[in-house]
Amino acid sequence: MTEVSEHDTNEHENEWREESDATRVAFGRRGLLRGAALGGAGLAAGSLAKLFGASTPASATTTAPTKAAHQWAMVIDLRSCNGCKLCTSACQAAHYLHKDQTWIDVFSMRNAAGESYFMPRPCMMCEDPPCVPVCPVKANFRTDEGLTLVRQDRCIGTRICMNACPYQARYFNWSAPRPAPRQPFPQEPAWPVPQIEGTVGKCVSCAAMLPTGMLPECVSHCPMGVLYLGDLETDVAVNGLGNTVKLSQFLEDNDAVKFKESYGTHPRVFYIPGHGQNLDLDGEST
Amino acid sequence: MPELRDNTGAGERSGMEAGIEVPPALDAVRAAAIRPVLETPRWWWPAVGLLGVIVLVGIVAWAIQVADGLGVSGYNNTAFWSVYEADLVAFIGVSYGGAVVSAILRITKATWRAPLTRIAEATALVTLPIGMLFIIPHLGSPWRIWELVWPPDWNLSSPILWDFFAVSTYLLATAVFFYLPLIPDMAIARGWLEPERQGLRIRVCRRLYRVLAGRWDASEPQRRLLHGAIGLVAIMIIPMAVSVHSVLSFAFASSSRGGYLETIFPVYFVVAALYTGVALVVLSLAACRRIYHLEAFIHPRHLVRLGFLLVAFGAAYLYLTFTEYLIDGYSGTVDNAAWVRQVLVGRYWIPFWFYFVAAGVLPLVIMAVRRLRTGTGVVVASGLVVFAMWVKRLVIVIPPATEPLVRSPLAAAGVVAGNWGTYHFTWVPISITVAATAAIPLALLILFRFVPILPIAEMEELAALEDVAEIPGVPALVGNKRIGAAHAIPGSSFMTSMSLRDARGGEDAR
Repeated sequence: MTEVSEHDTNEHENEWREESDATRVAFGRRGLLRGAALGGAGLAAGSLAKLFGASTPASATTTAPTKAAHQWAMVIDLRSCNGCKLCTSACQAAHYLHKDQTWIDVFSMRNAAGESYFMPRPCMMCEDPPCVPVCPVKANFRTDEGLTLVRQDRCIGTRICMNACPYQARYFNWSAPRPAPRQPFPQEPAWPVPQIEGTVGKCVSCAAMLPTGMLPECVSHCPMGVLYLGDLETDVAVNGLGNTVKLSQFLEDNDAVKFKESYGTHPRVFYIPGHGQNLDLDGEST
Repeated sequence: MPELRDNTGAGERSGMEAGIEVPPALDAVRAAAIRPVLETPRWWWPAVGLLGVIVLVGIVAWAIQVADGLGVSGYNNTAFWSVYEADLVAFIGVSYGGAVVSAILRITKATWRAPLTRIAEATALVTLPIGMLFIIPHLGSPWRIWELVWPPDWNLSSPILWDFFAVSTYLLATAVFFYLPLIPDMAIARGWLEPERQGLRIRVCRRLYRVLAGRWDASEPQRRLLHGAIGLVAIMIIPMAVSVHSVLSFAFASSSRGGYLETIFPVYFVVAALYTGVALVVLSLAACRRIYHLEAFIHPRHLVRLGFLLVAFGAAYLYLTFTEYLIDGYSGTVDNAAWVRQVLVGRYWIPFWFYFVAAGVLPLVIMAVRRLRTGTGVVVASGLVVFAMWVKRLVIVIPPATEPLVRSPLAAAGVVAGNWGTYHFTWVPISITVAATAAIPLALLILFRFVPILPIAEMEELAALEDVAEIPGVPALVGNKRIGAAHAIPGSSFMTSMSLRDARGGEDAR
């Protein structure tokens, strides 16, 4: 808590970070695996890697306390989603994706009362992303602004990250990607356009556009104002209709929940349920 | 048939016989062991050609996959792992037979293993690299596979990296385990290639035997050292084998998916590998026995003994399957119960119940019924096990991968339709799998053109052991028949003069 509080000015915000980053590193999935690796086999190999000058980019150690200017988050207001999937098509158009690469997908769900609702699902940008520690070549990393990205020029296509992700939010390039015209950004983790065949791609929250003040494609194309881009650092969230809210207050007032929180992933996507949805259980076929 | 009596070569007092008096009839062992090297049967080239064509078709299929992407193999975003991952598990699994038959039987001093070890270890040696090669079609970007090793920016928390190192280490150990008992045999065999015999292969053999035999002179210190080394590797290779499939299972288990996130997985995978490993050794032994005429050395009762080992592992595997399904199914949670229902009574019921009958129940029945408990019965059971366990691996890999994690009933109904969920078999992975299967006999046929098919030194040494007592009830055995006593199988006198004549083959005719 202490590290977070240093750069958090808002009390409410802390409620969304239940435990300190330090605790999470020590006892989280990454810490466990790393501990086992070091204890079991890795000490020699680790020092060998250091000997050969292998660098661990600061961005790869994901949950370390950070002084980044932004901590990106997303709010999804399920009350107003009408399932039009304009977010999906806008995303696919911007990133030149195939139809089956639904980086943000919209699921038709049914709650316990049998009422249907729609649930957009982008990458959850987990604070403890399960996809990162399983990659043998460190192709996944988490930026200090809280975005999990893929180095596609490093990915060898084992797809173990697709196995690890509890949200099915990762998509492989099973064939040649759609050709893309010259892009305003270079092909890099923050703007993986065009995609690279034989590698994994996923929602990047339009990371390259955020510093320019632009909203992600899905957010800006949502006609219902369902999707909000949020920043935990400045405690602001804004949707495609221009509605700006105080993030912590908005989440507090609307009883926001996270998807599959019990998996210990600590998603940075907050869902606002409207009709008694239980995201973890709803839609189980009967 | 070459003259084998004078087998010491030009001035080289060869091998084991320095310390052991070789009864003349032991030549039968040597004749049978070296015959595949010296003689080319009529069927050899057609067989190698046919298998080679099958392997080539698989390579072409892989090339097409590289050109067009993994999509041509039926993969998609909800079936991200399927047949190549099952192949990887299955083919590395069958290589366990060498470790079992050789290492475990060696440690437990089961002397009847002797005629089987070379074939078992050779089978392990060829299947393991073939299994490892499945990493290549499995990867989306195989042209960057070197990144697993270099630059050494390794992610030590990745099961795949552990797996890579575990399998590589195991391959090295398997090669060493194959090579060590081969040293004295190479020394014995180098005397057999008469100088007048020419041809590329014979020249290669001559060079190979000279290099591999090293400075082996069968002196007492050398033999002590070799025995110590073999014993050490035999012990080391068992935890290595266990580690390989354990870590392989971690790649699946490092997940939140029901059906993959199973604490039982490491044991489950290791037992399955031992099970299929023994089965493949049985098939390999039976095939070699038939085509290389080793009836005098590999007796159906050897196969029956391995059959008991087979069903022991098979029963353990059945038990683990029952445990996993019972507990996951009973839990009733969304993640765990859904795939169990799909496997038992849902869309995967045919492959699962096929496994249950073919590799779960039938081997047990075959070994339980006295009339079926024959060499043929064990071979049939092993064939069933190898194939049905491959199918079972598909049942392990595919259902959890294709199970929707965001449980939208509409999405699930629309996407998951086929018998294998969202996965659809195409000719590409089938050709590659068939090619890998064909590569096993192909590699063995080629390997036994270069190395003796029986562990000569080991058989002779066991035959000469003082502590091999005559077995009551067995007719007094003389000369080579001490081998019979050494490997036997009480009550069997399979080393009859008749079979000995068979083993000598053309020698009598000459």
